This record gives sequence, C-alpha cells and structure tokens, in this order.
Amino acid sequence: MARALITMPATAKRGDVVEIRTLIAHPMETGYRAGEDGAIQPRNLIRRFTCHYDDVLVFSADLFPAVAANPFIAFSTLATASGTLRFTWTGDKGFTQTETASLAVT
Amino acid sequence: MKRRELIGAALGLAGAVWVRDAAANAGELAAAIKQFAAGAPVTEGRVEFDIAPLVENGNTVPITVRVQSAMSEAEHVKAIAIFNESNPQRDVANFYLGPRAGRATVATRIRLATSQQLVAVAKMSDGSCWSKTVDVLVTLAACVEP
Repeated sequence: MARALITMPATAKRGDVVEIRTLIAHPMETGYRAGEDGAIQPRNLIRRFTCHYDDVLVFSADLFPAVAANPFIAFSTLATASGTLRFTWTGDKGFTQTETASLAVT
Repeated sequence: MKRRELIGAALGLAGAVWVRDAAANAGELAAAIKQFAAGAPVTEGRVEFDIAPLVENGNTVPITVRVQSAMSEAEHVKAIAIFNESNPQRDVANFYLGPRAGRATVATRIRLATSQQLVAVAKMSDGSCWSKTVDVLVTLAACVEP
C-alpha cells in the first residue's frame, strides 16, 4: 500500500464548496528515463484517479507521464449531504488503491 | 568545397532540423487540442493558468487552472485538459468535472522537459472550448536526470 494523504475539512455547511487535496506516494516512472545500468526503466504510472461522493462520481482525472512523481491533485466538490468520499487511484502493474474520508454536512 | 561554404552548409542544415522539430511539435500540439475539442472551435479566454514563468526544477512544477463558470446544472465545465509543446508526449493530464464540483479549479504538479508552451483547454457543457496559453522557461529539465 502506498502512502496517501487526503486533506479536506471534516464538516461543512450544505451548499459550501469543499476543497480536497490528495497526494499519493508513487514514482510515476515515465518510461523515457534510463536507470543506473543504462537500460530504459519500464513505464509505471498511475493512469486514473476518481472521487465518488456517496457512490456518485464527482471528479476524475486521466494522468500521463508529464504528471510529477507522488501525484498531487486538488479539486473541489459541493457539500450536499453527510456521507463518504471514496478516492481511487489505478495504474500500471495492477496498482489500485482506495481511501475514504467522511464529510459531515450541517 | 571551401571551408566557409562547408561551415555555412552545416549551419543551414542544423537550423533546418531545429526549425522542423519545433514546427512538428507545434503541429502535434495543435492536433492534440483539436482532438480534445472534437470539432468545436477553441477560443482564447475564460481560463486562468497559474504557473511560475521561470521554473527552476522541471521535475515538479505546481500549476493551477481556474475556469470562469457558474458551475450550475445548466452551465458548467465538463473537462479541463492540459497540453505541452515539447515533452515526449503532448498530454499532461485531463480532469473531468461536473456541476457537483462547485468550483472549476484544479491544481496538480507536472514535469517539464524544457522551456516551452503549455495550453489549458476547458470544455463547457454547451460544447464550447476555451483556452489559455502560457510560456515557461525551465532551467533544470525533467526526464534527463536519472
């Protein structure tokens, strides 16, 4: 499991815009770099990121080699109801990781 | 052949190669944007692209893209795509939003191989496309250091 950080408020008022910042430890190897032995390092990327809010897809992203290592993605969502946000990263070599965070809406 | 003619020819050849490279990249960039826009005309405006004009480390460059939009059910940003001119691949990242995003702002960190042009394109719910182009200078390039 890669280390993932999710920064967002725990509570919000209904209708507020909540800013969410995510960071995950991942090399994002581009497939263009040579390693210490001179051979090209195989590509190893996170290809896709999704955020579901109570099972509704509210945000997603496609990532390419030009995204820096340890991908940081910040976005926002409308606080509609108390619930769970589910964050999923998927990528090469069968990489998949899911994190959840709960948001209390008043 | 005289020496000065040889030098002149060599310089001319090098120049031609360099110019063709840049032109080929610009063509690829335009093609990538056209593919994303899917036939809609791309107009400059409504998009803000925050990036340092002078990048000291191309391995991790923070960027923020903001789009002017009400983000309502009727009028919202559907997608934001970022393209580059001179990395090995034109695509940087695509973000898919909707009315539930609340605000059309995304931020990430990218790699830049060299000084170049970056383009952010926003696709709206009505199908129109808006863009912002920025030029950046990169002093330490990504992709070359192991």
